[in-house]
Amino acid sequence: MVSAERTRADEAEQVVFHVHSVSKTYLTGAVPVLALRSIQLDLTAGEFVVFLGPSGSGKSTLLNILGGLDTPTSGDVRFRDHWLSEADDAGLTRFRREHVGFVFQFYNLIPSLTALENVALVTEIAERPMNPREALRLVGLTERENHFPSQLSGGEQQRVAIARAIAKQPDILLCDEPTGALDYPTGKLVLDVLASINAELHTLVAVITHNTAIAAMADRVIRLRSGEIVGITRNTRRARPEELVW
Amino acid sequence: MTALHRKLFRDLFHMKGQVAAIALVIACGVASFVTMRAMYRSLLRTQQSYYAGYRFADLFAELKRAPDSVAARLREIPGVRQVQSRVVMDVTLNVPGLSEPAVGRLLSLAPQQTGSLNALFLRRGRFADPTSSSEIVASEAFATANHLALGSRVEAVIQGRWQPLTIVGIALSPEYIYEIRGSGSIFPDNKRFGVLWMPTHALEAALDMDGAFNSVAIALEPRADEADVIARVDRILDPYGGLGAYGRADQISHRFISDEIAQNRVSATIIPAIFLAVAALLVHFAFSRLVTMQRPEIAVLKAFGYSNSQLAIHYLQFSLLAALGGYLLGCAVGWYYGIRIAAIYADFYRFPILIYQAEPHILLWAGILTIATAATGALGAARSAATLPPAEAMRPEMPPDFRPRLMDRFKVQWMHPAVRMTLRNIERRPWRALASAFAICASIMIVVVEFGMFDALNRIMTLQFRDAQREDVAVTLIEARSATARLELARLPGVIRSEPFRIVPVRLRHEHRWRKTALLGLAPNSEMRTMIDQHGRRQLLPGDGIVLSTALADILHITPGETLRVELLDGRRSSFSVTVSGTVDEILGTNAYMDLHALNRLLQEDRSISGALLQVDAAQQQKLYQTLKGLPAIAAVSIKEAELRSFTDTIHRSMTLSIGTLLVFAIIIAVGMIYNGARIALSERARELSTLRVLGFTRREITFILLAEQGLITLFALPFGFLAGYALCAALAAVMRTELYRIPLVVQPSSYAWGFLIVLLSAIVSGIFISRRIAHLDIVSVLKARE
Repeated sequence: MVSAERTRADEAEQVVFHVHSVSKTYLTGAVPVLALRSIQLDLTAGEFVVFLGPSGSGKSTLLNILGGLDTPTSGDVRFRDHWLSEADDAGLTRFRREHVGFVFQFYNLIPSLTALENVALVTEIAERPMNPREALRLVGLTERENHFPSQLSGGEQQRVAIARAIAKQPDILLCDEPTGALDYPTGKLVLDVLASINAELHTLVAVITHNTAIAAMADRVIRLRSGEIVGITRNTRRARPEELVW
Repeated sequence: MTALHRKLFRDLFHMKGQVAAIALVIACGVASFVTMRAMYRSLLRTQQSYYAGYRFADLFAELKRAPDSVAARLREIPGVRQVQSRVVMDVTLNVPGLSEPAVGRLLSLAPQQTGSLNALFLRRGRFADPTSSSEIVASEAFATANHLALGSRVEAVIQGRWQPLTIVGIALSPEYIYEIRGSGSIFPDNKRFGVLWMPTHALEAALDMDGAFNSVAIALEPRADEADVIARVDRILDPYGGLGAYGRADQISHRFISDEIAQNRVSATIIPAIFLAVAALLVHFAFSRLVTMQRPEIAVLKAFGYSNSQLAIHYLQFSLLAALGGYLLGCAVGWYYGIRIAAIYADFYRFPILIYQAEPHILLWAGILTIATAATGALGAARSAATLPPAEAMRPEMPPDFRPRLMDRFKVQWMHPAVRMTLRNIERRPWRALASAFAICASIMIVVVEFGMFDALNRIMTLQFRDAQREDVAVTLIEARSATARLELARLPGVIRSEPFRIVPVRLRHEHRWRKTALLGLAPNSEMRTMIDQHGRRQLLPGDGIVLSTALADILHITPGETLRVELLDGRRSSFSVTVSGTVDEILGTNAYMDLHALNRLLQEDRSISGALLQVDAAQQQKLYQTLKGLPAIAAVSIKEAELRSFTDTIHRSMTLSIGTLLVFAIIIAVGMIYNGARIALSERARELSTLRVLGFTRREITFILLAEQGLITLFALPFGFLAGYALCAALAAVMRTELYRIPLVVQPSSYAWGFLIVLLSAIVSGIFISRRIAHLDIVSVLKARE
């Protein structure tokens, strides 16, 4: 029992993401836009991290880089032994396929596939997936598995998106404004699902949001502004989603 | 089935209208490829096996008369494998049920069919008894056209006597697969011309040709030098009135079939190419748009680890599946259509059997072409799906890049905003507009060419049967007679007017070039037979010198003013020189004309004639035909109305099917393009149109805004389509120009009108489909959705 506790503690300390002086410049039109400036950050296994910041603060860019959707203009990103900053397209694709789950603000379900099929889309290419039905059970949608996205409410769609993200048993779950398009009670329901995934599957969950209330449920809160980290705070106690108010 | 495949099928079903348009255009391409290519192969194979199995001769020669011993000398020519001498004679026939006299070509039937050249394929009945003098075998085309059965009797004027002939067999010959009388005709007139085979002895006796022959068929050794053998044959036959030997290339039936086969081969390339090019464009537009619309989905798939190549393949599969539908449909239609065409071919070309067979390799090739088309078309879509960076795909597409362009340099404020929107849209995507215009252009072109060819045939008909041949009946005598014969002909019942003519077989020689033809001597200022060029202009016959058709002058490399050597081939071995006084660009044949009296002088004859052109009182027509049938001195009667009727019938039979089909094809292209274009525009501009609806525009107005773009592109394409149609007609006229006939370049306004109508119809049909979709446009959800 003691050794099990010990292992949990070790793992908690284990750095899985190592971000070193990462900058990102976009060229939109003729004007270069500096989206990220010299970001330094470590993320550890199993933690629940919230990135807070107004729009344009660079949080989505950082999330894209962490998820292997984008590469930094300069600096290093390492996930365990993967050097993401140096990986080519095939390497990034492999990284995403093996390690990352995504949840988006606008769910981005495939409209022509049912809830179950949307999940299966991911389990079919994953190495050690869970049963798609099990994933839907975890988000409480067992009875809606044969519905198409257009037949589901926003909250249900987002829960399908979460089921899809966790079905491959990813090491990291990256969520971009997961409650942004949802009403208050539905948003809390979705956060509850995220918290329980974090607890039960021990998945590193990173949520970006501009909703400060959500910060209370995190292990760590990382604030960004204009492409820079302006503060990192550690919550001594994580609030349960039902305690959140906004 | 994986989830990605389910997405594929559901998305395809969702865009079924566009998929159907693509599949139909591909089906047209595949169907035309399968039909024409298979027809080409079937004809070629049938021709080759027929020729081999029934020993079609390599060389042919006609002559006045030679004793059988001469045939033995021909056999000794190096390179000659087999010689078959025979007797051939055209006679007037009285066919039951046919009021006018017909022409029968009597040919000697070799006693034993085995091993003989140009062997007969006996369709029904038996070969004639070698000892009988009244049994004949008739050609199938002639028998069918006149409803003659075994046991039917026809009467022939042989040596001035009526002779009843009984049909005991119906047969086909490789020599008369295309059964026409001579080089003056293009289409067979099976009612009034037929080949009849008679036992050799009976025919020789009847024509007073015992132990002699006037025609010979020769088979060559595999490596024989044809030109050398021809020269030697001519030297041997010359003293016997040889008309000059010729190879298969100049054998009229062979020539028509070979031209047809070659044409099939060319069309099997060009027509499918047009359809497949259009299909590739449609695929490109439809699936590029799909990729644009599915950017967020692509982003998600990539975010979850689907690789670039998996996505590229996914979008390639869209077009491949759409194409597969088109391929299967095309194969089925091509197969069915091929059978219909084969039936029409069987009307024109008499083969023992013509099996239309779409061989597996043709279907395989069609499949390869289909895949290539689909893949080429979808390449852009697949590539953009593969190269779309996931992080960028996650963001909505940049708003379309509208900048002030060419149009905005001019004052356009007076234009209706809808028109400005449309013009800017076209200006922003000029290549797409051009490609749409190209497809519409192709559709118009197909229609204009099809009708243009019809116009050309009508023109041939008018020029030949109304302007050039003005007589009602042409009567040819067995042998040239003195001018008094003309008076006898003029006294025939119903004859209003008659003009004598003299026709003589000649070999025209200029330097080392020569050509065999018939030299026609016409009465001065002839009103019944005039020289008309392609453009309908009449040319007068000068009192001196010879006038050649342009085709003949080109072959001989001779121009007016130069001197031509005329060698007589009517048994006299004399020749004379004459100056070319002019050329006339005629539509049919390679003809030579002279003034009748000038010709008589050169022939050292006193006003002799070969026959007369008659103008006849319609009321007494039947009586005249009856009388003509009974006149022994008459070799042949040709009746213009009958020829014209047969010509029109044949054209209509063969062209109705092809015009109908090509019209359907053209509509499919036009509808496919216009509908797809409008669908894509609708999907791209749904938000814009919904906004306009919210602002108070009516459904009719936004339908107009949407369709205006397609309408403008169509308008733009129209003149180019007309031009392309005209250009293709000109190209076809140039390519199809043969010694036998020229295709005049005439495209009537009605043909352009058809092109316009077809496109208009297609635009209206597409517009109806689209306006129904606009009616279902859900304004609120479109606006609420994330851009």
